[in-house]
Amino acid sequence: MKALPLALAGLLLAGTTAFAEDMSEPMPPKDVHWSFEGPFGTYDRAALQRGFQVYKEVCSACHSLNLVAFHDLGGGGEGSPGIFSDAQIKAIAAGYKIAAEPNDKGETTDDKGQPLTRPGIPADHFPAPFANENAARANNGGALPPDLSLIVKAREGGARYVYSIVTGDGSPVPHGFKVIDGKYYDPYFPGRNISMPPPLRADSVTYSDGTPATVDQEAHDVVTFLAWASEPKMEERKHIGLGVMAFMVLLSGLLFLSYRRVWKDAH
Amino acid sequence: MSGPSTYVPKSGFSRWMDSRLPLARFAHDTMLTFPTPRNLNIWYAFGAILTVMLGIQIVTGVVLAMHYVANANLAFDSVEGIMRDINYGWLIRYMHANGASFFFIAVYIHMFRGLYYGSYKAPREVLWILGVILYLLMVATAFFGYVLPWGQMSFWGATVITNFFSALDQIVPHMGSSIATWLWGGYAVGDPTLNRFFSLHYLLPFVIAGVVGLHIWALHVPGNNNPLGIDVKGPQDTVPFHPYYTVKDGFYVALFLLVYVGFVFYAPNFFGNPDNYTPANPVVTPPDIVPEWYLLPFYAMLRSVPQKLLGVLVMAGSLVTLVFVPWLDTSKVRSSRFRPLMKQFFWLFVVDCVILGYCGSQGADASLEMMHGMQLPLVWIARLGTAFYFAFFWLIMPLLGLIETPKPLPASIAQPVLSPAE
Repeated sequence: MKALPLALAGLLLAGTTAFAEDMSEPMPPKDVHWSFEGPFGTYDRAALQRGFQVYKEVCSACHSLNLVAFHDLGGGGEGSPGIFSDAQIKAIAAGYKIAAEPNDKGETTDDKGQPLTRPGIPADHFPAPFANENAARANNGGALPPDLSLIVKAREGGARYVYSIVTGDGSPVPHGFKVIDGKYYDPYFPGRNISMPPPLRADSVTYSDGTPATVDQEAHDVVTFLAWASEPKMEERKHIGLGVMAFMVLLSGLLFLSYRRVWKDAH
Repeated sequence: MSGPSTYVPKSGFSRWMDSRLPLARFAHDTMLTFPTPRNLNIWYAFGAILTVMLGIQIVTGVVLAMHYVANANLAFDSVEGIMRDINYGWLIRYMHANGASFFFIAVYIHMFRGLYYGSYKAPREVLWILGVILYLLMVATAFFGYVLPWGQMSFWGATVITNFFSALDQIVPHMGSSIATWLWGGYAVGDPTLNRFFSLHYLLPFVIAGVVGLHIWALHVPGNNNPLGIDVKGPQDTVPFHPYYTVKDGFYVALFLLVYVGFVFYAPNFFGNPDNYTPANPVVTPPDIVPEWYLLPFYAMLRSVPQKLLGVLVMAGSLVTLVFVPWLDTSKVRSSRFRPLMKQFFWLFVVDCVILGYCGSQGADASLEMMHGMQLPLVWIARLGTAFYFAFFWLIMPLLGLIETPKPLPASIAQPVLSPAE
């Protein structure tokens, strides 16, 4: 009997929200779960490695990762082992061309007027795909692909939101919704018109660990990697936090006992 | 109240020092033997908690300033450098950012406690007013600090707040915008603004520390109020501050810090706005510009008035009102424990502040969904809330003192504490 009014209220609410559904409002993010959730959650190392591959082979064509250095892939302090070994990081860095410092003659361009480059070293940051904002916009139909260094922390909904954007892009367009020319339908994006073409396809990448590269798998992996990029010290933070919490509980307990003892005769 | 000093210098050096600069005597009388009412409850621990939080903010802030770069082109990346490259930089920054929120949690509890127990009433009016000044200094410091990471909310928050001054154009043409230009050091929020805000953000905490000194001095002259709101009648009503309150406050400080470090380590961005992890961009306005949670009630009051100048005046008035509280309360009884009507209105006032905070957190044209698809615009709730805020201080407080019949007061603090009362 107690549940009846609640159920009625629920029906009413459901009715009003269905009535109020507005196609220009984004849908709430998908309910996905992550290895790094909760007070003991850590980044799944295999997912980070696969996610790095997805970023490198797909996202980095348009999106920069300006705040992350190659050596960051080598671990984030106490309780946070590296994603790759030092040798792997050297190899990864060397695979990138970095704008070189001026040569002996003080030149920054070669005979053909092209900027001088050199292979990356672990201390370098990931190079951006475009030289500047105008170049990025010119190559993306006027839209600016955001830097991904902090994307998971910079969006309401965090990892779930980014996952929903990446997997929701290119969803079937509902009847009555008009997609703006040159844009794509993404029900999770504010306004539901997104400039980014659907970024992931099945087998966009080939995983060396044999994991089937479905769109969901690729998205889950790359969002894990981007969550790490946003908060590379999370594991160290939780690791140290455990000790600090234990210390504070102990200190509070001892202070409580002292308090009881000191006040025993005062009443 | 502190009475004659009981300090006895023990060594030759302390006798020599005592007749030149009696620092030890001062510490002994104010921190050790200071007679303190024996019935102070948990809500009286927030003064100590606030002192600790001020210390944490200053220490972490000084360290952050060693690595932070106050330059519009470099500020955002320098904060991220602290988060990523500086050893334990993430810890210092999260302690500082969450420390601000917990500082405000503590100050609000401290203020509500003062309101509930009538701690502003004679002879503690100056103590209360110093507290109001401290609160205003905290708000200013927090505002300047929030601008420093130079994220989207930093930039646009600074733009919105400094633009309040341009409302003065409606009194004297160009006066307000001239003030705004002067504050910015240019024609918009920019690099000069960031630099002066950093300078002020570093200066004000030390001003706060100074006023805290006055606040504690003004506390030590009449002595603590207490939950019964009656005066201390003699030594049987008090205990020495040490060890009784050092250990009791110490316990509550530890409990408070336990919750604080819980947020620092496990939900460090809970109080933050995601938009502030996007670098400031003067050409892209975020869809909703919201201040930090501790300013939301005032933001709601500002927006509830359709006219800009009046809105700014209402918001300023809500703060200035606090200065007059000692004279607006006409009751002869301090503590709401013995004021049945005041007790109810006090809790209504607390709820009102929470509702105003909620209204401030929502978009400007948000509304509550009622049954049958009816919409109740939140701005009307904010207007009611604003009206109640002012009515509480300017109508209810003066009237209640005249019409309310307080419950009988206990004879002394010792009596209800010592006898297993009722």
